Amino acid sequence: MDISVVIDIASWALIIAGSVFLVIGGIGALRFPDFFTRQHAAGITDTGGAGFLIAGLLLQGGLSLVSVKLIFILLFFFFTSPTATHALAQAALSSGLKPKLHKTSGDQGDGEDASSKI
Amino acid sequence: MFATATIALLVTIAITLVRAFLGPTVYDRILAINMIGTKTVLLIAVLGFLMGRPEFLDIALVYALINFIGTIAIMKFFKYSHLGLPHSGDDLGDL
Amino acid sequence: MLHLISLSTTLFGTWLLMSGHYEPLILGFGVGSTLFTVIVVHRMDVVDHEGHPLHLSLRSLIYFPWLAWEIVKANIDVARAVLTPGSNAIQPNIMKVPTSQKSELGQVIYANSITLTPGTVTIDLVDGELEIHALTFAARDGLATGEMDRRASWLEGVG
Repeated sequence: MDISVVIDIASWALIIAGSVFLVIGGIGALRFPDFFTRQHAAGITDTGGAGFLIAGLLLQGGLSLVSVKLIFILLFFFFTSPTATHALAQAALSSGLKPKLHKTSGDQGDGEDASSKI
Repeated sequence: MFATATIALLVTIAITLVRAFLGPTVYDRILAINMIGTKTVLLIAVLGFLMGRPEFLDIALVYALINFIGTIAIMKFFKYSHLGLPHSGDDLGDL
Repeated sequence: MLHLISLSTTLFGTWLLMSGHYEPLILGFGVGSTLFTVIVVHRMDVVDHEGHPLHLSLRSLIYFPWLAWEIVKANIDVARAVLTPGSNAIQPNIMKVPTSQKSELGQVIYANSITLTPGTVTIDLVDGELEIHALTFAARDGLATGEMDRRASWLEGVG
C-alpha cells in the first residue's frame, strides 16, 4: 500500500477522534452540574480535542513550516490551558463559590449538604 | 474530512455558547468564553487547511495569544474589580 | 550567561520558523528584535533556572511523552463519564495530595501536569500540599497512587 494513503487514513482517524472529543467536551460543559465539574469538560476540549485535531493536521501538513506553526499552537495550548484553568478555579473558590461534592455514603443527592464540608 | 472537523467545531461552539448564556455564575461564562476562544483558534487552523491557505495559522497563533491574555484579564478584573496593581490587602500578588 | 545564550538561540530559531523569509534585511530585523527582547528580559531579571529551565531539557524528553499518554487515557475516562447517563456518572470530590518536589518550579510542574490531565484540577497549593478537585473516584484513585508525583520529582532531577 502506498505510504501516503496510510498517512491519510491515520490523519483522518486523528481528526475524527479530535472532533469527537471536542463535541463530547461541549456536551459535558452543558451537562455537568456546577462550575468545577465543567472545568473538566473544558479540559477535554483543550487537551484531547485540540491535541488529536492538531496531530491530524500535522500529518496533512508534512515536513513544512505549516507543521512547525501547528506545533507552536499545540505547545502554547499545553502551557496556557492549565494556567487559565487554575486561575479560574482559584478565583471562583476565593469568591466563595463552593463545589458540589459527591455524597460518599452512597445516597445520591445534589450534594448540597456535602458542600459545606470543605 | 476538514469539513467534518469544521462542523464539529461549530457544533461545539454553539453548545458552549448556550452554556455562556445560561451561566449561572460569571465564572461559568468566563470558562465558556475561554472554551469558545480555544475552539476559534482550532477553527481558524482547520479553515486554513479547508481553503488551502495555511497562512491562516499565523492568525490562529495570534488569536491563541489574545485569547489567553483576555481570559486572564477578565478574570483578574472580576477578582480585583480593577486591572491595575493589587491592593495592599490582597493575599495574592498580580496574576 | 548560558541562559541568555540559550534564550537568544530559542527566540531567533522561533523567529526564523515563524517568518519563513531568509533575505538579509528580514534576517537583520529578526536579529534586532531578538536582541531587544533579550535585553529587556535581562533587565527584568527573569532569565534564571525558573524562567528558562535549561536543566530540565533532557529529562523532559521522557517526561512529556509519558504525560501525553496519561492525558490520552484520562481523556477517554472523562469522555466516558460525560456520555454515561444519570447523575451517578460523576462523583466530584476534593482531596489533598502532598508534593515531594524540592523546588517551587517542580511543584508548579506537578500541579500543572495534574490540571492538564482531564478529570483532575489543581485548585490551590498551600505549604507544599495540593488541593485537587477530581471528577470521579477513579481519577482520584489514579492520582493517589503517586506515580505522577514520583515522575515529576524525577524530572526535577534532584533525586
